[in-house]
Amino acid sequence: MTPANGIPQHVEDALSRRNLLKSAGMLVVSFAGFSGRPANSQPAAGPYPDVDYHQLDSWIVIHDDGSATFYVGKTDCGQGTGTSFRQLMADELDLAYDKTTCIMGSTDITVDQGGSGGSTAMERDSWPMRRAAAEARRVLLHMGAERLGVPADQLAVSAGVITVKNDPSKNVTYGQLIGGRKFNVTLTGNNIYTVTGQAPVKPVQELKNVGLSPQRYDIPAKVDGSLKWAVDMRLPGMVHARNVKPPFAGAKLLNIDESSVRSLPGFIRVITKGNYVAVVCEREEQAINASRALKVNWEKPATAPFPSSENLFQYMREVKPTSRSKPILVGDPESAFANAPKVIEADYDIPFQGHTAFSPAHAMADPSNGQMTVYSNDMKSYGMRRGVADFLGMPREKVRVVWMEGPQGYGRTAADDAGCEAAYIAKEIGRPVRVQWMRDEETAWDTKAPAFAVKLKGALDSTGNLVAFDYDARAADYNHVGYNEPDTVLIAQLMGIRRAKPAEGSAATPGEVYAIPHRRMSMHVVSLPLIWETPLRTGNLRDPNGPQSTFASESFIDELAAAANADPFEFRMKMLTASKADDSGFRRARSIAALKAAAETYGWDRRPSPKPRGRGDVLTGRGIAYAFRGQTVVAEIAEVEVNVRTGKVWVKRLVAAHDCGLVVNPGSLRRTVECAMLHSLSRALHEEVQFDAERVTSVDWNSHPTLTHTDVPEEINVVLVNGDPNPSRPDLPPYGAGEAACKPMLAAVGNAIFDATGIRLRRVPFRANRVLAALKTARA
Amino acid sequence: MSVTLRVNGKSHTVDVEGSTPLLYVLRNDLGLQGPRFGCGLGQCGACTVIINGAATRSCILPASAVKGEITTLEGLAKNGELHPLQKAWIAEQVPQCGFCQNGQIMTAKALLDKNPKPTEAQIRDGMKGVLCRCMTYYRVQAAIKRAAKGGVA
Repeated sequence: MTPANGIPQHVEDALSRRNLLKSAGMLVVSFAGFSGRPANSQPAAGPYPDVDYHQLDSWIVIHDDGSATFYVGKTDCGQGTGTSFRQLMADELDLAYDKTTCIMGSTDITVDQGGSGGSTAMERDSWPMRRAAAEARRVLLHMGAERLGVPADQLAVSAGVITVKNDPSKNVTYGQLIGGRKFNVTLTGNNIYTVTGQAPVKPVQELKNVGLSPQRYDIPAKVDGSLKWAVDMRLPGMVHARNVKPPFAGAKLLNIDESSVRSLPGFIRVITKGNYVAVVCEREEQAINASRALKVNWEKPATAPFPSSENLFQYMREVKPTSRSKPILVGDPESAFANAPKVIEADYDIPFQGHTAFSPAHAMADPSNGQMTVYSNDMKSYGMRRGVADFLGMPREKVRVVWMEGPQGYGRTAADDAGCEAAYIAKEIGRPVRVQWMRDEETAWDTKAPAFAVKLKGALDSTGNLVAFDYDARAADYNHVGYNEPDTVLIAQLMGIRRAKPAEGSAATPGEVYAIPHRRMSMHVVSLPLIWETPLRTGNLRDPNGPQSTFASESFIDELAAAANADPFEFRMKMLTASKADDSGFRRARSIAALKAAAETYGWDRRPSPKPRGRGDVLTGRGIAYAFRGQTVVAEIAEVEVNVRTGKVWVKRLVAAHDCGLVVNPGSLRRTVECAMLHSLSRALHEEVQFDAERVTSVDWNSHPTLTHTDVPEEINVVLVNGDPNPSRPDLPPYGAGEAACKPMLAAVGNAIFDATGIRLRRVPFRANRVLAALKTARA
Repeated sequence: MSVTLRVNGKSHTVDVEGSTPLLYVLRNDLGLQGPRFGCGLGQCGACTVIINGAATRSCILPASAVKGEITTLEGLAKNGELHPLQKAWIAEQVPQCGFCQNGQIMTAKALLDKNPKPTEAQIRDGMKGVLCRCMTYYRVQAAIKRAAKGGVA
């Protein structure tokens, strides 16, 4: 257990094990177990109190050979954040990158930094790590000064060796100094975001690993089959459970005929409470078969839970909103519209889009020793720990979540359901239980990105300047359930638990800094009739509202450019350069730089859209869109081929110019941006959750299609713009990356289709049948 | 029933229902971690293994119906040396989360074994049934081209 001083057991383990490991010559390789957890450490019996982030020893362990292990409260969803943390901490500590390892996200051995979410890894959560590493360096330097008998200011540190500046023969290594001792240094700060020692972090110019692209340390084990994922976790006596979901949204369970499964091989038990039903069997395939064979009588709800997906947008526009934000007003839009020579209006629709994670939700829970251990890929493992403890009514220190790798996070695993289900069943039957959802269950019942219906209006003056802009968004986001909370997680809902006040949800404003003299931006949230136990639960999907709001606004800006007979790039540049005002992060200057870099890289030909209609079946065009998310700005250009005979759209080339301030690992960043763009391209071309008035009908990869190998662009260029033309600007800190690049893509593709065909598509996805129908309508 | 499987060069006999999909036997009885559950419908490729040279979806194939040698991701490396495709995967830093990469690599292996110098179109067509929700497709294709050229540097 964790000693009273708050230094976790793993530190004691690491220190007491060191002599044995040293003699075996396996100090570093011994950290190759799952999640980087020491492979030879016995699972602690519990309890599992919070790891004290005020203890330097909770963050960093230095081993005899001078190598270091970093313990951070983050999870890596595949963007390589662990590698970047190592780069930053190695730099602050003055240690070679390859002498470090990183352990992430397990609640009993790492401090609570919340796991991942909101692209905060570098922007927010790398700072306490850097300060802890800087403090460790300061303490070691102090120890070195004592050992060498020389004041600290006469010492130099490089790669974990402290040397007397004017006599390099006198030196001592970190390994020799810490020699089996803990730091025993207490950090200060009111919370984990502000925690600090006495040492300052280094200026950016002194960071050596930052800016390099070491290969991600997690990739080899993902390529050779040796990684133990959360889906691979097994314990002696473990059994398997599968859920039985209501066949209709809002259905009420009447009764269960358990005799329908009692004689099936391996059957153990039916677990049920309220409308929650699961079947437990000895083997996995037995649980699957039994969950399908179980006879359950359900009663349909008296009223329809939601309109069909065909009628969704009409419903959203007509229903009374559950909440509205105070409109953001600039100037006097009403009179500007009244007096403008040209006013255009348009409606944009974005359907519900699912996470449809590559693997359905899964978790394994072990109730041994009166504790509860959940092995999970939950990106917010700390939130899951709180959720599981509160849901089960267990003290938090008896619950831990061991984070292991899993399919992409992107918000789904912040509310991934399976952890609470596995823990509940494990507690009921007293055995380790593995729960996994099936494909139809995941696609139909995962959390969804909210649908948006956006009304836009713009006024141009006689010279084609945009003088007034009205953005009015409605998001179907009432009762947004983005996290593993004990009163909103799906199993709790199905058991009849209701939070008194559902989350209000949110719509979003577009992320741009165009200088438009008069604007109004209004945001409304609407609710579907069924609020609880619905498969149309909204949660966080990779910048939860950004792709939707940006699709509407950046497509409409393109419409306005066309109405002004202006080049879409120049039209935007004119609005960005019309004002000199900027914020402390130079967002306007950096927006201009990003747009320019994208246009230059692409080889943008300046002319209004659409281009003169081409001949033949395949028309080509290019579209641009831009957005910021926080202080990260990104401009994207898509070049499309539209087959007018089949309606098929192929994006042949993508360009992104991306500025997120200080870049820690350019290689990881480029790949993250590349994949984020393609994720949004999938949302632009394919993804839509469909439903009738009883249930979600998108249940697999045929009924909720995704981007495939055949859709991939021929060329993708990612330009990392790091800086603006302002020479007096201070160095920028790292801002978030990942989600920002998801924002502009839907509009960039729609704008490119308009450029190619003259057809404005105001609803995603641009599936072939919809494109073809629009082309036919335009011809008629 | 008793089912005997030859996996990565070794024989294993397990006692399971004959209808049990091969995937669950590989994972739960033989402890393999390369093939994984993604859909159970043969639509995504996560469970891909190679049987007699063909990329095969183990989630919909009854274990008792398997005839021939099964190779899983764990069986690609020879004498401790990674397969050229695996080396190319590391050189291109292909994975994001990595969950689908078993299917990507195993399908690419079967593709290159039959057609060592595929065209761009043949790669796209040969890989189109293997999904990736992190959207690493561009990198997957780059790694296949790299391996086909015989270069890993």
